[in-house]
Amino acid sequence: MSAVLDSHGHGHDDHHGAPHGWRRWVYATNHKDIGTLYLLFAFTMLMIGGVLALLIRAELFQPGLQLVNPELFNQLTTMHGLIMVFGAIMPAFVGFANWMIPLQIGASDMAFARMNNFSFWLMIPAAVMLAGSFFMPGGAPAAGWTLYAPLTLQMGPSMDAGIFAMHILGASSIMGSINIIVTILNMRAPGMTLMKMPMFVWTWLITAYLLIAVMPVLAGAITMTLTDRHFGTTFFNPAGGGDPIMYQHIFWFFGHPEVYIMILPAFGIISHIVPAFARKKLFGYASMVYATSSIAILSFIVWAHHMYATGMPVTGQLFFMYATMLISVPTGVKVFNWIATMWRGSMTFETPMLFAVGFIFVFTMGGFTGLILSMAPIDIQVQDTYYVVAHFHYVLVAGSLFAMFAGFYYWCPKWTGVMYNETRGQIHFWWTLISFNVTFFPMHFLGLAGMPRRYADYPMQFADFNAVASIGAFFFGFAQVYFFLFVVLPAMRGHGDKAVAKPWEAAEGLEWEVPSPAPFHTFENPPKLDATATRVIG
Amino acid sequence: MKNNLFQKLTSGVLFLAAWASTAAWAVNDLPGGPAVRQLNLQPGATKIAQEQGWLHWFMLIICTVIFVAVFGVMFYSIWKHRKSVGHKSASFHESVKVEIAWTVIPFIIVILMALPATKAVVAQKDTSNADLTIKATGYQWKWGYDYLKGQGEGIAFISTLDNEQREMSNNGAKGVDVDNYLLKVDNPLVVPVNKKVRIITTANDVIHAFAVPSLGVKQDAIPGFVRDTWFRAEAVGDYYGQCQELCGKEHAYMPIHVKVLSAADYSAWVATEQKKMAAKQDDPSKVWNLADLSKRGEKVYAANCAACHQPNGKGAGPIKPLDGSAVVLDADKNKQIKVLLNGQNNLAMPSWKQLSDTDIAAVITYTKNNWSNKTGQLVQPADVKAAR
Repeated sequence: MSAVLDSHGHGHDDHHGAPHGWRRWVYATNHKDIGTLYLLFAFTMLMIGGVLALLIRAELFQPGLQLVNPELFNQLTTMHGLIMVFGAIMPAFVGFANWMIPLQIGASDMAFARMNNFSFWLMIPAAVMLAGSFFMPGGAPAAGWTLYAPLTLQMGPSMDAGIFAMHILGASSIMGSINIIVTILNMRAPGMTLMKMPMFVWTWLITAYLLIAVMPVLAGAITMTLTDRHFGTTFFNPAGGGDPIMYQHIFWFFGHPEVYIMILPAFGIISHIVPAFARKKLFGYASMVYATSSIAILSFIVWAHHMYATGMPVTGQLFFMYATMLISVPTGVKVFNWIATMWRGSMTFETPMLFAVGFIFVFTMGGFTGLILSMAPIDIQVQDTYYVVAHFHYVLVAGSLFAMFAGFYYWCPKWTGVMYNETRGQIHFWWTLISFNVTFFPMHFLGLAGMPRRYADYPMQFADFNAVASIGAFFFGFAQVYFFLFVVLPAMRGHGDKAVAKPWEAAEGLEWEVPSPAPFHTFENPPKLDATATRVIG
Repeated sequence: MKNNLFQKLTSGVLFLAAWASTAAWAVNDLPGGPAVRQLNLQPGATKIAQEQGWLHWFMLIICTVIFVAVFGVMFYSIWKHRKSVGHKSASFHESVKVEIAWTVIPFIIVILMALPATKAVVAQKDTSNADLTIKATGYQWKWGYDYLKGQGEGIAFISTLDNEQREMSNNGAKGVDVDNYLLKVDNPLVVPVNKKVRIITTANDVIHAFAVPSLGVKQDAIPGFVRDTWFRAEAVGDYYGQCQELCGKEHAYMPIHVKVLSAADYSAWVATEQKKMAAKQDDPSKVWNLADLSKRGEKVYAANCAACHQPNGKGAGPIKPLDGSAVVLDADKNKQIKVLLNGQNNLAMPSWKQLSDTDIAAVITYTKNNWSNKTGQLVQPADVKAAR
């Protein structure tokens, strides 16, 4: 095999560079290339989803309908949700996993290199179909990202395209997860026991199991929707004896673990950055692992807190309320651990650390509103209002997205071989942090005052906070364009100071043992590790 | 009120940021509905809503105290334990005692939070011994109210958003300064004060949600299923809510207006309502002439059909036009009757069988003889009755 690949000239038997041209990407089997593809894909989807969000905010800037009609408005909210969840956040974390897991565990690549290629390229047709559904007759699906029945049964043909796209994305996720689990369990360098694994690897191992457990559940729910639409079944159609609430139970049995799928890898990234910039070991490594596992297990028994308003029996409401409140305990442990890591450290605040601290601070606000939402009596007031919208943007944007920014700045030298521009990174951080809060903080007030979500128009009393949120949203959007044009692109083109193998003084882990940029092939032979499994000794 | 100071501070800040909207609209607070730039839950008009408000303050205060304490520690550390001030890092990285403490203490706090919440859950789910039971049915996109049990039994009506306000919304709500924008309905839900009112919810097409914040109720209205909730309003007045479960394109345009009357006023309202119903009862065997039936049909059309099919009958987007439609022009009038009774396209065109025979006959006759449709056909209520 190597003889064929060697035909392009350079390198000897076991050492060859990247293939050139489009083949390098289409036939990619290298985990670094596939990681890059995932990240670029996710950023593209983030921009598409962002444009939809800005259209929503533009419409809501003032009361009355100015830009879009209510049908299109519902399509925008639905597609914004689907694209951000399935197209941006999830693939971006898979991109991080592809790049970092083999580097962090001392493996030469992912376990199934061709399946890795397939699970990336599957996403392209799915994304095209999803985004292209706007141009289908009747427009894009407009039943909300949760796709509640029986509203989905009224949708046009784009609903079927949406379901098909979700099936493909789900298959891609499952393949990615299998790949990640097998890589982690079988390909660690000798000496790296489970309890010596880097936290990012731990969180992804748990996330991958969650994905395998729940993606098929989602597939089941949307398949039943599909057969209800076309093949005469009535799983969710009350006209034939079906139960629309059963859809919600199935969907949220997927949906709640899903929100942890989108946050656990973020916890992992933060658990690397805080110790590196506090110049102190992560506090309570073992309890971090246990807390992450507890969150994952609890995530399976809290789903119906999304459904308090459907009219559950008292005991049901109480059970789901208690279980949900319980999740705040392990989540609290993680926040305490990060702060204890910072305590009596020797901190500096380069961009990765700024985003990490920003993450801890703002994500915790989202955690507290989550605790408030878990209380069924309060939830009766704020369920399906902007309070919920504020809550999940605090945990998904200030949580997942901020952690990914932190991760980008932290690992960018390893990926590109150059340091990002520190001033621009800090501008990006403050610009993002402030505009994020200007956008989403007023939504708490709107929700408490009773403004329902997914409304194309609203009573006049809500006008001012909506105007503020819309202004903030545009600033937030432009901050991300700035990030791409002035931080990411220059780094990808190799503009910037050359990075050394370990650009961060106190960063730990095997990824810093290879040169920057990481060569096309790393750890072709299993490295010999020291006792902590963080250094290569031969 | 504690809120006032906050409100003044924020409004000062907001004035700069949101000059556009503040300048354009001179809107007042709406009692029983949202206030301008309201920061917290609407004031509760029922015990349950007040309890929810109390619980929210309780949670907000505990969470704020914890938040300030935890991040006080973090920012102290950020200030003191910096490399730039020469701080050297310590080497500790675990402490079983501390870790057990910050697992157990939050656990206890959570239990303390759960106690009052449990009490409130049990209270708000207790729908027994109601004085008045009303069924609220969600339709795309209006509410139907049927008084099932108690004073006023048998009263039934449909409650729709004021058409003028719907038009305002389409026109961009320019220069509009009505306090109840998008909350004004033709027929409010009328209930007596200080009586336990049980609301049974269901829906005709998709899931809706019956929600009135100031009364502390929110209950999904689910097609094919009945669920219930309750409230006991403690003060006479108007209370406003909106549908809170995505139900299609007009989701934002199906408000709920609950009018709470004193016992005497309520009795008077019930009496007039019952009289009106008796007078309104149509004889389905009555034979109408074209002009009268068409005139009545115009009203039915405006109230039920114009939102989608448009006043000019041209439809919009996926909504089919009626003007020139083959089904409307067809000599076999049963074709159109069937569409109205059973719906079409997976109920994208919903079923209208809840309308009376006379109303259906009237609106069909109207569409067959309006715009460019000049069939001269007349559909009698008896035809509809036969097709049911």
